[in-house]
Amino acid sequence: MAQCTMVEALNLALDEAMAADDGVMVMGQDVGVNGGVFRVTKGLFERYGHDRVMDTPLAECGIIGTAVGMSVYGLKPVVEIQFSGFTMQAFDQIEQNMARLHNRTMGRFQMRMVLRTPFGGGIRAVEHHSESREAYWAHTPGLKVVIPSGPRNARALLASAIDDPDPVIFYEPKAVYRAFREDVPEQRETMPIGVAEIVRPGKDLTLISYGAMMRPAREAVEDLADEHGLDVELIDLLTVSPMDTATLCDSVSRTGRCVIVHEGHRTCGIASEIIARLNETAFEYLEAPIRRLTAYDIPFPYFQTEQHFLPDADDIVEAVRETMAWE
Amino acid sequence: MADSLSETTPDESGRMDTTPIDLGHIEVLQVLDEQGHVDESRDPGLSDAELLAVHRAMVLTRAFDSRMLTMQRQGEMGTFAPNLGQEACMVGQVWELTKQDWFSPSYRSFGAQIQRGWPMERLFLLWAGYHEGFPPPEGVNDMPFSIVIGSHVLPAVGIAMGIRRRKDNHAVVVNFGDGAMSQGAVSEAMNFAMVDQAPVVFVCENNGWAISTPSKLQFATEHLAGRGTGFGLPSIRVDGNDILGMIVAMREATRRAREGEGPTFVEALTYRLSLHTTADDPKVYRDDSDMEPWQDRCPLARMEKFLQRRGLLTSEAAAAVTAECEAEVLEAREKFRKIAKARPREVFNHLYRSTPAELDAQREEYLRRLDRKGVD
Repeated sequence: MAQCTMVEALNLALDEAMAADDGVMVMGQDVGVNGGVFRVTKGLFERYGHDRVMDTPLAECGIIGTAVGMSVYGLKPVVEIQFSGFTMQAFDQIEQNMARLHNRTMGRFQMRMVLRTPFGGGIRAVEHHSESREAYWAHTPGLKVVIPSGPRNARALLASAIDDPDPVIFYEPKAVYRAFREDVPEQRETMPIGVAEIVRPGKDLTLISYGAMMRPAREAVEDLADEHGLDVELIDLLTVSPMDTATLCDSVSRTGRCVIVHEGHRTCGIASEIIARLNETAFEYLEAPIRRLTAYDIPFPYFQTEQHFLPDADDIVEAVRETMAWE
Repeated sequence: MADSLSETTPDESGRMDTTPIDLGHIEVLQVLDEQGHVDESRDPGLSDAELLAVHRAMVLTRAFDSRMLTMQRQGEMGTFAPNLGQEACMVGQVWELTKQDWFSPSYRSFGAQIQRGWPMERLFLLWAGYHEGFPPPEGVNDMPFSIVIGSHVLPAVGIAMGIRRRKDNHAVVVNFGDGAMSQGAVSEAMNFAMVDQAPVVFVCENNGWAISTPSKLQFATEHLAGRGTGFGLPSIRVDGNDILGMIVAMREATRRAREGEGPTFVEALTYRLSLHTTADDPKVYRDDSDMEPWQDRCPLARMEKFLQRRGLLTSEAAAAVTAECEAEVLEAREKFRKIAKARPREVFNHLYRSTPAELDAQREEYLRRLDRKGVD
């Protein structure tokens, strides 16, 4: 058991996967000698060499497109796109090939690859470095979209993503990268993709979140218990697509109330999808309208104002209390 | 960079020479001229049997193309992109490939696909809208095409990068048109290939048109081969209506790939004599006079003149080959008609290897809909 940051835990998962299977390779901008701009791939170049830890030319579309071809040839590329805002350059290859080639060839070719990329705000970065556009990929048939929230589940979920026979978009909450340490077992761990985790059971209301927003959500849940006597069930979605509808429905059927928190934009966001599903599966149990705390539908603000833009624990407490008070 | 800077010497006045570098002229490789005369110094030396096989492959390409057009006009085929006039490109670009090599076609490449071993009935299925026609047949190392122009080129480079990493000695050929050269992804592909020394051959069939957009509106250079050299790729311009020239160019390019000498760019000059697709009417944008010189450069007529001069083919024998090929195409059409069956219940089957439960639930809902409507 070692105390790891998320960066170290991700590095461990990559190292374990590369050691176990020589088809696994890492590619992206500055992932080699430099170890990645966030150092997630640190030390891998020295251990596995350039052909397996490839510093690519600076072209996101090229990185994803060539990774698709390597997957066709039987390799298992784990691609790093430096910031999720830059994946827009690769939209073409993600949509035309990564998400579709298996279907197009009726399964003749595997599309076993992982696109890792840091997302979300809170690190005082320049424009295009704070986006949360996971909804794009959840909207794209053929992909799986996984979002860890801490070091231990990041390591286990990345291992599962690399093992998965289908293409996975792996969004890493960069605000969590070095925010805290957590015990990570020495033995390799995996976690099932498509399964949400009930982080804290409760009976009054279901709070659903994922990624970096899990931190203020946890804080809010404690505050609600201590200060307001409310017993909130907290769910970490972990996989945005395919969504674990059963766990969400079961929880809300018990609590009757629900608040959803995420960094992505509101319109057609992940919360919209959750609400639609709860409407389909738990409608008769609802005691109050489902609330969503999300980014607003404007580009992520410049960083002198970002702290006001993202929901914090106080906002969550407020939303939960209002939902509890609804009659 | 430092080395090249130090090589730039100031002139007598002490100023740097800042004259822009000219892209220059690149000779066009031609082995067989329009009258069917062969340039002995460049003759690839095919045996008589090989020459006749090459000729037959081009005739078959044309017979298939022609039948597809008829079937489309009769309502039996969906929209497709004819390749009339590009038969030498089709056959020539894959002639030198082995079963272990890879080919990544564009949507106009069915002549090359037939040559690679795609059964014609499968290609009929594909263009008639049956998913079963899309996957490459087992044992054929080909990619399916990707309709969005140029989007298949990067994955082809990725296959070559995989080949190099696995230390295999196969070549990848990827085919696209002059319109695709305007896509950024194609430039990225050439750069990635060169940097990684990937064993890939880029074949740009420059056929003069991207739907209605002529070359002069597509690019502002004399040739596209310079685009290859700009990325450091050895580049060849070849008369794409000259089957022997195509074979010479591809022989060298695939040799380089297999022997670890990296990627090559081949610009094949040809002309789209027919429609962009069957949904297109070139009369709107193209004068017949534009096509005239290219009618005389027909790749098939040229090859037949050459074969007749060599004493390998008579007019009667040529007519017999045509009849055989047409019969073969009709036979494939009959097979296609027997196997063509829409399978609406299978549309969910191939998206994932590990299908999420939520998608299974959607499939159930969809199947109930089909049940309700009595659809098999």
